[in-house]
Amino acid sequence: MIELQGLTKRYGDKTAVDHLTFTVRPGVVTGFLGPNGAGKSTTMRMMLDLDNPTAGDVRIDGKHYRDLNEPFKYIGALLDAKAIHGGRTAYNHLLCLAQSNRIPATRVAEVLETVGLSSVAQKRSKGFSLGMGQRLGIAGALLGDPEILMFDEPVNGLDPEGIHWIRNLMKDLAAQGRTVFVSSHLMSEMALTAEHLVVIGQGRLLADTSMADFIAMNSRSYVRVRTPDPERLRDALAAAQITPVVTGDGSFEIEGGDPARIGELAAKHQLTLHELSPQRASLEEAFMQLTADSVEYHAGGHLAGDPAGAVPVTDGAAPQWGAGWSGGKDSTPSTGKES
Amino acid sequence: MTAPVPAPGAPYAYAQQYTSPIPVQNTTLAHALKSEWTKIRTVRSTVWTLSVMLAVVIGIGMLVTLAMTHSDYVGAPLLSGGLFGLMLGQLAVITLGVLVVTSEYSTGMIRTTFTACPSRSRVLTAKAIVFFGLSFVTTTAACGITALINSAALSDQKVPSSAYEDSVMRDSIEAGKVVAHGGQWLGATVGAGLFVALLGLLSLAIGTLLRHSAGAITAMMGVVLLPLILALFMFAESMHSLRDFLIKYSALNGLASMYRIPMDGGTSTGWPGLGLLAIITAIALGGAYAVLAKRDV
Ligand SMILES: Nc1ncnc2c1ncn2[C@@H]1O[C@H](COP(=O)(O)OP(=O)(O)O)[C@@H](O)[C@H]1O
Ligand SMILES: [Mg+2]
Repeated sequence: MIELQGLTKRYGDKTAVDHLTFTVRPGVVTGFLGPNGAGKSTTMRMMLDLDNPTAGDVRIDGKHYRDLNEPFKYIGALLDAKAIHGGRTAYNHLLCLAQSNRIPATRVAEVLETVGLSSVAQKRSKGFSLGMGQRLGIAGALLGDPEILMFDEPVNGLDPEGIHWIRNLMKDLAAQGRTVFVSSHLMSEMALTAEHLVVIGQGRLLADTSMADFIAMNSRSYVRVRTPDPERLRDALAAAQITPVVTGDGSFEIEGGDPARIGELAAKHQLTLHELSPQRASLEEAFMQLTADSVEYHAGGHLAGDPAGAVPVTDGAAPQWGAGWSGGKDSTPSTGKES
Repeated sequence: MTAPVPAPGAPYAYAQQYTSPIPVQNTTLAHALKSEWTKIRTVRSTVWTLSVMLAVVIGIGMLVTLAMTHSDYVGAPLLSGGLFGLMLGQLAVITLGVLVVTSEYSTGMIRTTFTACPSRSRVLTAKAIVFFGLSFVTTTAACGITALINSAALSDQKVPSSAYEDSVMRDSIEAGKVVAHGGQWLGATVGAGLFVALLGLLSLAIGTLLRHSAGAITAMMGVVLLPLILALFMFAESMHSLRDFLIKYSALNGLASMYRIPMDGGTSTGWPGLGLLAIITAIALGGAYAVLAKRDV
């Protein structure tokens, strides 16, 4: 379990990470979503004590990363596939990491096998493709058989086969009861892998919710209507107390509308319809909406208040998770959550 | 999805936490040393720079010795020919000392290193010990071989009577023969090896402080070469005291003193210079520890 408490990082005037408080729990894939520059990588570097927080705190199973003995046995991380000395062979790279954590050398061959790099074990990683570098980084993360795994944008730049492999790996790791924390700037990627979602924008927490809830809350449904006679349709809808949104191409969007009722309404007024279709906004749109809001809040100076905007911060923690925890959202007893 | 995974939104408290079969124990400096030893021996730059150092020290040493055998009497302490190769060879050790740290920064490996061992001081200590040990052993070996060659090739010189007044030769002539006593052997092998390895360690500290290969190598070349180069151009009478100071305390003079041919014409054995270098290196390393502990990686 990883607990963040008011984690903040400022670079000069720029606040890269702004009072982040959330908990990453075991047994699921937690997606860490935010547009480029939202502060995901900075947050992850602070989790590993590579960067010092300006304020706040991160704990891994209750300890600071720097106080972990043999950290690879608690947490394995892939921050950057290129964080490797290219002059060393894959085997030797992993060997030196294993030795520093008292992991037997036999384990190196095992993880190379797991990530499918056994055949290039004796090759210098300089010549590796991005996908191979990514696999070598993941092999390093798996060395200590840790209960927590952390991946920063692991599918970036990979071919479909590599993406598929990483998605399955993350699901398998979570299924074994491990904590998997993975960042992405793509909602579609998160929707495929994550069960829990932490969304940040401009360094601030926008949502901390289960994926199911996020989908339920954000899949805006509406009815699209197209007619050659928009004036009459508008009047007919107005008479029925329905206010449509007129889009750029002249079609109407009726929020939460019932297509049957709208069709009958049109028939009653003898209106010709060219389109009558129920629509669902994509998750990607919902995500963009959410993060766009954060920019507006920022400009308006509303730093406090409900950081989630339209999406409530739902917390699935049973009370015992929050025991001894003060000040954070987790201290509020969970109201219980159905799904 | 398999059984242990809760459905999305289910209470997380029921999730069974994974426990690794590999037990966790305390790691010590010994593990960091092992890791750093693997790192240093598995990159080509180490093998290359140390091979270059060996080739330059022994090769130039042999050429110098060969040139000296043409005259009946050389007029220099028996083992002093080894200095010339080492003056170049030390640059390879300096480069390696810088690269041991800066190559990790330039490749990004440093993040992986500090993730594997979050105690930054332990990483620096391990790097320093491994690098210092390796460069001391190889440099001393190179100097030892050169000293043996010099001793074998030049020990039958005919000593002219005027040589007895030569201050440079005061300890080197015994019963009409040019000899090297124990102190001279020690200086030309272990002393020179320690001196160069310490310069390398200073480079490692500077590399840690600056994090950039080119910057740190340039800085170290400046430290080693600049005082003497500057001194060469100080012709004016008023600058002679500064010139003498620069010559006396230059790194090259420290090394030359180890071979009993100090450039300031004095009688230094090189060991005081080594002590001074050790103090400077300790200060730089202290700075490196302090900065490393605070800095973002
Ligand atoms: N070392 C640094 N110095 C200055 N600014 C930084 C540094 N690292 C990150 N930033 C800034 O902090 C913000 C967050 O960056 P990052 O954590 O990399 O975002 P993400 O990973 O979500 O794309 C960005 O605006 C970035 O420019
Ligand atoms: Mg990033």
